[in-house]
Amino acid sequence: MIGRLVLRRAAAGLLLLLGVSVFGFLLAELVPGDPFDPGRLEGRDPAAIELLRARYGLDRPLPQRYLRWVSLTVRGDLGYSLSFDRPVAEILRVRARNTLLLTGIAVPMAWLLALVAGIWAASRRGRWGRTAFAGATSLLLAVPDLVLALGLLLVAVQSGLLPTGGLRSLDFEALGPLEKARDLAAHLVLPAAALVLSLAPRLARYVQASVAEVLAAPFVDALRAAGIPRRRLLLRYVLPAAGNPLASLVGFSVASLLSASLLVEIVMSWPGLGPALLDAILARDVHLVIGAVLVSTLLLVAGNLIADLLIYALDPRIRSE
Amino acid sequence: MVRPTRRWPALALLIALHAAALLAGFLAPYHYAEQDRTRVYAPPTRLRLVDQEGRLHLRPFVFARRPDPERPGGYREDPGQRLALRLLVPGDPYRLFGVIPARLHLFGFDGGERVYLLGSDLYGRDLLSRILYGAAISLFAGLVAAALSLAVGTAVGAAAGYFGGWVDGLLMRLVELFMALPWLYLLLAFRAFLPLEMTPTQAFFLLVGVIGLIGWARPARLVRGIALSARERGYVLAARGFGASHLYLLLRHVLPQTRSVVLTQAAILIPRFILAEVTLSFLGLGVGEPVPSWGILLAELQKVHVLLTRGWFFLPALALVAVTWAYHAAGRAWDDDA
Repeated sequence: MIGRLVLRRAAAGLLLLLGVSVFGFLLAELVPGDPFDPGRLEGRDPAAIELLRARYGLDRPLPQRYLRWVSLTVRGDLGYSLSFDRPVAEILRVRARNTLLLTGIAVPMAWLLALVAGIWAASRRGRWGRTAFAGATSLLLAVPDLVLALGLLLVAVQSGLLPTGGLRSLDFEALGPLEKARDLAAHLVLPAAALVLSLAPRLARYVQASVAEVLAAPFVDALRAAGIPRRRLLLRYVLPAAGNPLASLVGFSVASLLSASLLVEIVMSWPGLGPALLDAILARDVHLVIGAVLVSTLLLVAGNLIADLLIYALDPRIRSE
Repeated sequence: MVRPTRRWPALALLIALHAAALLAGFLAPYHYAEQDRTRVYAPPTRLRLVDQEGRLHLRPFVFARRPDPERPGGYREDPGQRLALRLLVPGDPYRLFGVIPARLHLFGFDGGERVYLLGSDLYGRDLLSRILYGAAISLFAGLVAAALSLAVGTAVGAAAGYFGGWVDGLLMRLVELFMALPWLYLLLAFRAFLPLEMTPTQAFFLLVGVIGLIGWARPARLVRGIALSARERGYVLAARGFGASHLYLLLRHVLPQTRSVVLTQAAILIPRFILAEVTLSFLGLGVGEPVPSWGILLAELQKVHVLLTRGWFFLPALALVAVTWAYHAAGRAWDDDA
């Protein structure tokens, strides 16, 4: 049962990766410039040029070149980055880990905040609480991630309490294990806060809407009449019933999470995938650009798969299908 | 029951902002690239009505400013010299609506000195003028990109829904690909393969093209749904029976039904695309100096001394928040009405 679900979703993810890989490969092919351009190698032996072209597979037709590229990529060879002077896979492994660290901390915190705020707003009977909630979320939604990140940066720099960039302090290696953890946590606060504030308002709105919908259901009235206390009613009965639409939201929000993270990482100089992609573009580093896009798609597919498993775990109706 | 959102405040704000962008040359006291290297990072000048002796003046004025000998890089006001505000004065030449040559500005000040109501930047350029000219770039980039992606999306969606079959299958797979990917990664990936150095005009249209061509997927999906149901309606089948051509049916019967979806999508897409242009320009991948896109103005904040001591560089951010809020509110009001 669960095996089939995972298989189906994984197949969809694979298709997505395939699409992105064709797209990336074609873009790379469209970039003008040929390493063995006969015009630039004037005076060299044409036979030698042909030999070189054959050696690097440049004389093959496009589909064959694509297949060769895919087989290299699958084996983890993403090419060599000229601007970083290192293999692309090596750079991206570290960068993807940092992005995962940041998003892995920010997403649960954003959900926690959204759940608390959304449930609170939905269970208010008076108009005042709802108006405050609607006003606060629509204001936060109108603040672009860019402005949010810059504003937080200002607060941090002015208070001087938090480090404002990077992953570690300069003297990181000299610190003890406990201090290392504290140093890392201090560096995480700012980008994580920006990401949480960027994600939470939209999530909170969905939470509020779906909890309010469940609260209007007849079974809630029955439970209330049976004398079940409010807190228990909300957490034990209403929240699970609202769980399915919320879990699907986890899947939908992975893509916007990656976009938000990209920008926050750049503004806060967090060494994740975002700054790597930007540097690659500015340095015209084709292999690194394609690698970063492929890795982000991989993260996306993995995130969606996790979301599907979450729905499976939360909603008994899907399990019995 | 939540009260339906009132539409007027948001719409009025939107109209005012776009009118300001359209009239940027007239409203701005100076040209956006006009420099004054003796007035670097001048803070906003206060407009006053009461002078040093406590006398009230009906005509607003500012005090002239001199470099402060005690604080290098600082300025102090000279209460002895009043510069009065005058309406409708000639100044830097500009082109109204981008075409009509003109010299008349909404306001200016007496004396030859430049006055910075919202402060100046590293080259002594007026931030107020740059925000106004920048609004023209950023707001219209959003509008044009949204028009482009709505046109592509509607055409693709209508074709997919109307013809069905393998056309539909193929186009919808493509839509899913575009909708699944993180838009900023997609945007940057496309941008990566375009030249880095361009003239501002080239850059503007390339940028708009790239942004517009990435956002077509969601409107296409929604329009397809409507076209799918429209083609089975009785009057469409009747028209078809009378021998109406595909083109006639699409234009006369299918497209008019997509109106409200397209309008709602416009309210969502325009602020998103404005933001896309601002983001790309902020990252140095959009229009370049000296053209003042809001993204370029915000990029100044990446310098730590600007962030800390030149608070007036947050003003473009304020304008951006106002625009985003107004579009969101207008979209919500539209949804409530529908």
